[in-house]
Amino acid sequence: MQKKQSPESPNRRKLLKYGGATVLAAPYISRAWASVTEINMLAWYGHGEADVVAEYEEANNVKFKPKYYAGGDNMLALIAQSPPGTYDLILSDAEFVQQLNAAGYIEEMNPADYPFDDMLHDDFTKFPGHWKDDKLFSMILRGGHLGVSYNTNAVTAEEAQSYACFWKPELEGKVGHFDWHLPNLGMMSLYNGNGPSLWDLDDSKWDKVQETTTSLRPQVGGFFDYGGTFNSLKNGEMLAMCGIGDWITGVLEKDGAPVASVIPKEGGIQFTESYSIGKGSEKADEVKKFIQYMMSPAGQVKSAQMAAYPGFCVTKAGRAKLIEVDGKEAERSHQMDGMPNDPIALINDGRIHYRDIPRQQSLEDWNDYWSEYKNA
Amino acid sequence: MSNENTTAASGHPLFAWTLRLPIIIWQVLFFLGPLLFMVAMSFFLVKNYRMEEAFEFKNWQKMLTRGYFWDSYFLTLGLAALSTVVTSLVAFPAAFALAFKVSPAVRRWALFLLIIPFFTSYLVRIFSWYVILAESGVVNAILAHIGLGPYTMLNTKFGTLVGYMTLTLPLVVVLQTFSLANIDRNLVQAAFNLGCSPFRSVYAVIVPLAKTGLIVAALFCFILSFGDFVSPYYLGGSKPPTLPILIIDTTKSGQQWPRAAVVAVMMMITLITIAFAAITLAYRKRASR
Repeated sequence: MQKKQSPESPNRRKLLKYGGATVLAAPYISRAWASVTEINMLAWYGHGEADVVAEYEEANNVKFKPKYYAGGDNMLALIAQSPPGTYDLILSDAEFVQQLNAAGYIEEMNPADYPFDDMLHDDFTKFPGHWKDDKLFSMILRGGHLGVSYNTNAVTAEEAQSYACFWKPELEGKVGHFDWHLPNLGMMSLYNGNGPSLWDLDDSKWDKVQETTTSLRPQVGGFFDYGGTFNSLKNGEMLAMCGIGDWITGVLEKDGAPVASVIPKEGGIQFTESYSIGKGSEKADEVKKFIQYMMSPAGQVKSAQMAAYPGFCVTKAGRAKLIEVDGKEAERSHQMDGMPNDPIALINDGRIHYRDIPRQQSLEDWNDYWSEYKNA
Repeated sequence: MSNENTTAASGHPLFAWTLRLPIIIWQVLFFLGPLLFMVAMSFFLVKNYRMEEAFEFKNWQKMLTRGYFWDSYFLTLGLAALSTVVTSLVAFPAAFALAFKVSPAVRRWALFLLIIPFFTSYLVRIFSWYVILAESGVVNAILAHIGLGPYTMLNTKFGTLVGYMTLTLPLVVVLQTFSLANIDRNLVQAAFNLGCSPFRSVYAVIVPLAKTGLIVAALFCFILSFGDFVSPYYLGGSKPPTLPILIIDTTKSGQQWPRAAVVAVMMMITLITIAFAAITLAYRKRASR
């Protein structure tokens, strides 16, 4: 008896039909595939993830290939060890732009391409190191604050108003460090009253910073990378954390953890991230277009909401858009005019200092002390 | 095929070299070559985040005169030694039971189960300890029921030791089991027949007979613990840092790979010395009376 063939079941004719169609279409598929422009991105983790770039990729037929680094030193080394043109787009901490430029790793940019007339603060227009001989080399994208990060069940909001809370007896063994000397020692410098000159320390002030930091050692429960910092705050192993800010507690807060970050009375540090076009990139036009997108209101919102770690908008239109589409996040991160901890108001009040590198010591001196401190 | 033919074939120099060659090529390409490069690198200099070929002793002078290097060195040595002793002692009863007290089928299943942890990422296994060792974790929750704790276990040397054992314990049990299972049972039986107590037969007969395997297992435990970065960083809180953490710290600051190479060379010298001593001890024949 002959088997009745279901209309859906495969047979030789169908196989030939679809197989032939596939073979004939292959050149077109491969051509369409080839037309996608790949952009090599060098950035901190999160900037090349789908929540930030997927929409742009789809709309512009580009594909980002991110290479992630941790720390400005690491970024400089990766570029130094790669042939020119390897990275089309470079996201760097603002304090390292000067070194990128000095080494000739980035292209000059045209200021007219970017919304300098819409900046939230004058400082963002002529940001230190981003310009050389009146030529633009890097575009400020976003920022975030580093201050006192704490568990709200263990430290009160009043106590968190000073770095002195890290020495609170109840926190013995419960204070963590983000394992990077720069923000930690910067905070200790602020605690010592060095204010705007926190990075410009003569020998006696540098000695004093080391002394203050060493006195914190008995309180310290551990030194952590991003994942460790995240976990130890989340599971309550650490009740206060030095060297971080809302970029970590913000993510945990959204997740319901009882943690917060504030800028204490001694002042806080701003990390600033900027985009540059890699020297020798053959896709400079595509990269410029993407930076323009990230500076647009939609791009600024994407950056502010970034899943890996949130940041502040730097344009007025970006902030307005964030308030419009995600008022909750704008309020949580104080990105609203009139809020007491509005990042712009804090800069105006002189309570925020841009992260920099040591002026009178080398990074190596700071790292040497940091290694000694960890072993103390 | 006759034994004569086999001997003749394996005795032919070309055949013997063909068998030896792959491992020699592998070791030269992937061990000796990189090792020599690392030694050479320790004399290089870094300028503007780029390594430059040089022959300077500055990196050696810098690292070996730093107190924190020696603190890390002795800490790493001590923790690895402690891990080796504790892991070997914890593993031995299990290996003994698998070698002598269970059927071959049960032993096969047990060995299979001991290999299973290696199917998952070591990092994932270490992170899972967070849930167990945290102050609000499983262990403290159980202890709370009997009125104890909470105890701080994460970010301590205890945490580091737990991590080391996570890495090494299954391997040590497997190696010890193979070693004990290969002991000639007649010798153990003879000891019993001559009136040896069970406890004495273990330390006077079984342990000496399995000495080579037990030492090799301990040596693997030491090597893996000594070079481990994950446990001291994530369970020990990098407090204080061990040598592998110091290597990471050094490379992060100004890309000082040559200084990191100094630390790595010191680790290699230490491991080679200890491995040589352990292998010598393992294969040393007892002096005849």
